[in-house]
Amino acid sequence: MVRRITSSPLTLIGLVIVLIIIVCALFAPLIATHSPTEVNLQSKLEAPSTSHYFGTDEVGRDIFSRIVYGTRISLRIGLLVVLIAFPIGTILGAIAGYFGGGVDQIIMRITDVFLSFPGIILAMSIAAALGPSIENVMLALAATWWPWYTRIVRSSVLSIKNAEFIEASRALGANPFRILFKEIIPNSIGPATIQASLDLGFVILAAAGLSFIGLGAQPPSPEWGAMLSNSREILRDAWWAATFPGLAILLTVLGFNLVGDGLNDVLDPKQR
Amino acid sequence: MDVLKFVAKRLLLMIPILIGISMLTFAISNTIPGDPARLILGPKATPEGLESLREKMGLNDPLYIQYGRYMVGITHGDLGESTYSQGPVSSDLIRYSPATFELTLFAMMITLLIGIPFGIISASKKDRMADHFTRLFSLLGVAMPAFWLGLLFLLLFYLKLGILPGSGRLDSGMSPPHHITGMYTIDALLTGNWTVLLSASMHLILPGITLAAVTIGMITRMTRSSMLEVLQSDYVRTAHAKGASENRVLYGHALRNGVMPVITLLGMAFGHALGGSVLVESVFSWPGLGKYAVNAITYLDFPAVMGVTLLIAVMFILVNLIVDTLYFFIDPRLKHN
Repeated sequence: MVRRITSSPLTLIGLVIVLIIIVCALFAPLIATHSPTEVNLQSKLEAPSTSHYFGTDEVGRDIFSRIVYGTRISLRIGLLVVLIAFPIGTILGAIAGYFGGGVDQIIMRITDVFLSFPGIILAMSIAAALGPSIENVMLALAATWWPWYTRIVRSSVLSIKNAEFIEASRALGANPFRILFKEIIPNSIGPATIQASLDLGFVILAAAGLSFIGLGAQPPSPEWGAMLSNSREILRDAWWAATFPGLAILLTVLGFNLVGDGLNDVLDPKQR
Repeated sequence: MDVLKFVAKRLLLMIPILIGISMLTFAISNTIPGDPARLILGPKATPEGLESLREKMGLNDPLYIQYGRYMVGITHGDLGESTYSQGPVSSDLIRYSPATFELTLFAMMITLLIGIPFGIISASKKDRMADHFTRLFSLLGVAMPAFWLGLLFLLLFYLKLGILPGSGRLDSGMSPPHHITGMYTIDALLTGNWTVLLSASMHLILPGITLAAVTIGMITRMTRSSMLEVLQSDYVRTAHAKGASENRVLYGHALRNGVMPVITLLGMAFGHALGGSVLVESVFSWPGLGKYAVNAITYLDFPAVMGVTLLIAVMFILVNLIVDTLYFFIDPRLKHN
């Protein structure tokens, strides 16, 4: 399996990007060359140089160091949102698929309602109602994201629920919830897991978007979307302030996307 | 089954979804932390004053009565008062939605004009240079933060090169064309106002391409995989075997079946563009729903935010209905089903 993952150059690039991001997050204080929040008016709006790799912003903060510390914020958002949305969506999807009938109807109509909003719009209104903060953006994104897992898991549960090994547990008289958690869910979360790895990137992208419009991370937090929002004021004087944080977002989303696609190719033999 | 029956059935199915949407937006409106009466009266309010305002606003009624009142309001087009514009939210929405519609429609047009040909080329030249290039391009599109791309475009085409306008819908000092649809390019075209048409089109280019970047990626990917599937099918092999030329097979036999499934994705792409307009409009100061919503967030104007949310959800559902109907016309199998 490992060989199959590493044999695709694109997946390999994705893995390298994800690794770099994780390393930046874990060792931010060692990698950053300056403090991410320290104001230094003497060196404001400096272009990229050997002392400030990505230049400085309007109050002289080092953009490279802010981006490095920003990996911590973005990874935390991505992981926590997926860790909230994934189990909720999975359990509901498994219940809907396995028990069917009225429960299925109710759960699926609720997911339909959530999915009839463009994701970012629903997240925006929830985050706006809760008030601007990173925690609220995470809640809003989790509330927006779970129905996708419900749909995916439900359809894979439907495809295995009459398989022989499930039939066997049922014949042995196993409790339905035991079957659900021990047999059904472990055997049907494959596709949802692939989706989760793609979503790590998309959640980070959405969170950056919400921070960009003033929800989410607040200044002086070195969050990438908030940095981009801030860079609009100095667009004319400092191209670097608008360029590098966005590049960080792009690469992060791309990295998780490539890894997700790679996993998909490995786990889904039809695609080969 | 004829089209009317199909549409009627879909409209009926929309009702529970619309009710669900109103319940969800009502629930969100009720999660605002703190007491709305206290927010309005401020910290110096007396307990009696708060109580009487709560009574007046109906905040003491049970939730289902409050929801009932909210529903009655919505069905009469009453979405509350915007605290920022000091007017009814519904008339703000009417004022701002043509700009968003114009921008999203333009973005969808670019998406189709670029996405579908790119997907076809990519599939027909599978694993060759053109294919690798298009796949990289669509991969970047899907991962692209649109608001960042917008900033880069502003930087390059507006600030550095100065060849394209970077904000608003018309050159400053120019008055909008006679109001017919509210979409400046279309109104200018209808009234034959060429200078306004030129200016309005120039203003559409940067925000339109920015908004389209993501959806182009989606459509290209979908066209490619659907075309590949068709190109591997038996009937295409038969066409090759009987000696049809490469182009004849591609455009005469494969194209129609290959592009058809892409239409089902159009609704989703449109929804994506509507969502993206919130970010892109605020980059380009495009005076549409997105810019209005972002302003509303800044001024804690909650009824306005919920109004935009509700309107965009309804537009999204309607677009999906239109797309499904379109598909019904194009795919003959559905008609005989």
